[in-house]
Amino acid sequence: MTSVYEPWEAARGADIIAEHSQMEGATLPILHALQEAFGYVPEEALPMIASALNLSRAEVYGVFTFYHDFRSRPAGRHVLKLCRAEACQAAGGDALAARAEAKLGIALGNTTADQRVTLEPIYCLGLCATAPSAMLDGRLVGRLDENRLDALVSEAQR
Amino acid sequence: MSLRLYVPCDAGALAVGADEVAQALASVASQRGLTIDIVRTGSRGLYWLEPLIEVATPAGRIGFGPATSADAASLLDAIVSSGQHPLRLGAVEDIPWLKRQTRLTFARCGIIDPLSLDDYRAHGGYRGLARALTLTPDEIIAEVTTSGLRGRGGAGFPTGIKWKTVAQTAADRKYVICNADEGDSGTFADRMLMEGDPFVLIEGMTIAGIAVGATKGYIYSRSEYPHAIAATAKAIAIARKAGLLGDKIAGSNFSFDLEVRMGAGAYVCGEETALMESLEGKRGLVRAKPPLPAHHGLFGKPTVVNNLLSFAAIPFILDEGAKAYADFGMGRSRGTMPIQLAGNIKYGGLFETAFGITLGELVDEVGGGTFTGRPVRAVQVGGPLGAYFPRALFDTPFDYEAFATRDGLIGHGGIVVFDDTVDMAKQARFAMEFCAIESCGKCTPCRIGSTRGVETIDKIRRGDRVGENIALVEDLCGTMKLGSLCALGGFTPYPVLSALKHFREDFGPQQPRLQAAE
Ligand code: FES
Repeated sequence: MTSVYEPWEAARGADIIAEHSQMEGATLPILHALQEAFGYVPEEALPMIASALNLSRAEVYGVFTFYHDFRSRPAGRHVLKLCRAEACQAAGGDALAARAEAKLGIALGNTTADQRVTLEPIYCLGLCATAPSAMLDGRLVGRLDENRLDALVSEAQR
Repeated sequence: MSLRLYVPCDAGALAVGADEVAQALASVASQRGLTIDIVRTGSRGLYWLEPLIEVATPAGRIGFGPATSADAASLLDAIVSSGQHPLRLGAVEDIPWLKRQTRLTFARCGIIDPLSLDDYRAHGGYRGLARALTLTPDEIIAEVTTSGLRGRGGAGFPTGIKWKTVAQTAADRKYVICNADEGDSGTFADRMLMEGDPFVLIEGMTIAGIAVGATKGYIYSRSEYPHAIAATAKAIAIARKAGLLGDKIAGSNFSFDLEVRMGAGAYVCGEETALMESLEGKRGLVRAKPPLPAHHGLFGKPTVVNNLLSFAAIPFILDEGAKAYADFGMGRSRGTMPIQLAGNIKYGGLFETAFGITLGELVDEVGGGTFTGRPVRAVQVGGPLGAYFPRALFDTPFDYEAFATRDGLIGHGGIVVFDDTVDMAKQARFAMEFCAIESCGKCTPCRIGSTRGVETIDKIRRGDRVGENIALVEDLCGTMKLGSLCALGGFTPYPVLSALKHFREDFGPQQPRLQAAE
């Protein structure tokens, strides 16, 4: 599955913001909705959120940067997240993470030069009884071993 | 006659191919002109058997697992002819691992269709609410207090007392928050229940709302749990349509409504005050206490914040009575605890049992030791802020006080097993590193201490003035413990100090390690 995102358009962004702005504590729902539509949260959207919610730009920027999930630029075509938390470490996750880094030629937290794959750490997917775990573009994979990891990496590179 | 099969749609089962198995079963059946009815359920929590397929028979449900899509044809053969199959497990209820549990909170999980109110009701659902509606709010709270239920998030604070405080605080608006921000590695009970029996959570929160006089509730969960969030949101819509949420619940004079909110990858938001900040749309910074959330919580209003497992225990307590719940357990830990066995473990999964079972029984007997077959060297109990225990402490009973006496905590009930290839200095370093990544930055001991901790453990591992630097780490841990605002900085010392205490031999210049786990 390749995630298909809309290109950023201020008018569409404004609609999304307006749709959620009446919620209690709307900032996170709005940031999530923008990222779901565009794949990231364009910088231009932050002052728009601020004025819709009657907040300062600094406040919105502060929220945006606090949470690990929100991206300031688009990710690669595929996002491969490897669980790096303890249960997955206990089940051999360290070696698998190193293997993925070597195969893709990038360290965790980076995107390949061809913009195909973003490789990220994640801290527990709640699949700790079928560890090690990964998520490729929203699809969950458990009981990861070298073969399954290699298959995931090549799928992501396609 | 149509054949009824059950295939889990739990995320843990999906991750090992449950959807593919369901599709394969459907397509083989249609090729053969067989009418089958596939019900998607939650997971029973026997994860080494997932995907675990069940078939309804006059003698109860028969299980097969772990199944792959390639098994679909032979499975259908065996099912139709009631014949043998290498994956046949017999009656699921009779599998010893399940049979020795006491499932109160997880009674329905893996059995019912999670989004069928009829199924939920047929299995005892909404009886707790029905009884609550015959009681006064004070009587409901008294029932919860008598049950001895304590916060299942880790702190173990008596739930009834928390509710009473909120009930007695006058305000124009009050809130009920479910902390489903299950960020601890090795835990997945909240996720399983949201996916496998979301109505029990909705019922429990509704009862809380009535008891304390709140009209609005939030369930705050993690972006890492998209399936759980989707299932819960659907269940809320169904409950609302059936008049079980919204105005005049179930024909009573009470109004209560619910909403699910998603975090954004910040572990610290599992701390109740950071969680409320996040719900308010702010950075997840920890608030100093007092004021208590019970007096001054979400948007400044009196707020009940409980763990998902606490709310999910409520319907049973109201339905069967406080005593039925309190009859289980030991000492001041009453009732059952859904324990999660994870990591390098042979039989991993959800094991709900009365408090009092020992760590050794859980790891060796229930869990069957490691998946790799190597000796168990260490277990971490209670998530990234929990202590590492060596085999010598395996006689510790699962109980809030017993773990505290041994400088540990049970937290949210997760147990992560490591074999003898583990490098405990590396695990101690990870604890500090995780704290540094996740610190909200508000208090200095946590923000700076964690980074200094990583650096100092690195020196130890390089063999740089080992003795002095170990003393420094211990001292730093003392500062973090006493000086941090919340459990993140305050409890990170648990894994670090326990690793130092029980596995001191790992701290020094790095030795070539044993072959790492496969
Ligand atoms: S620790 Fe990796 S899924 Fe929980």
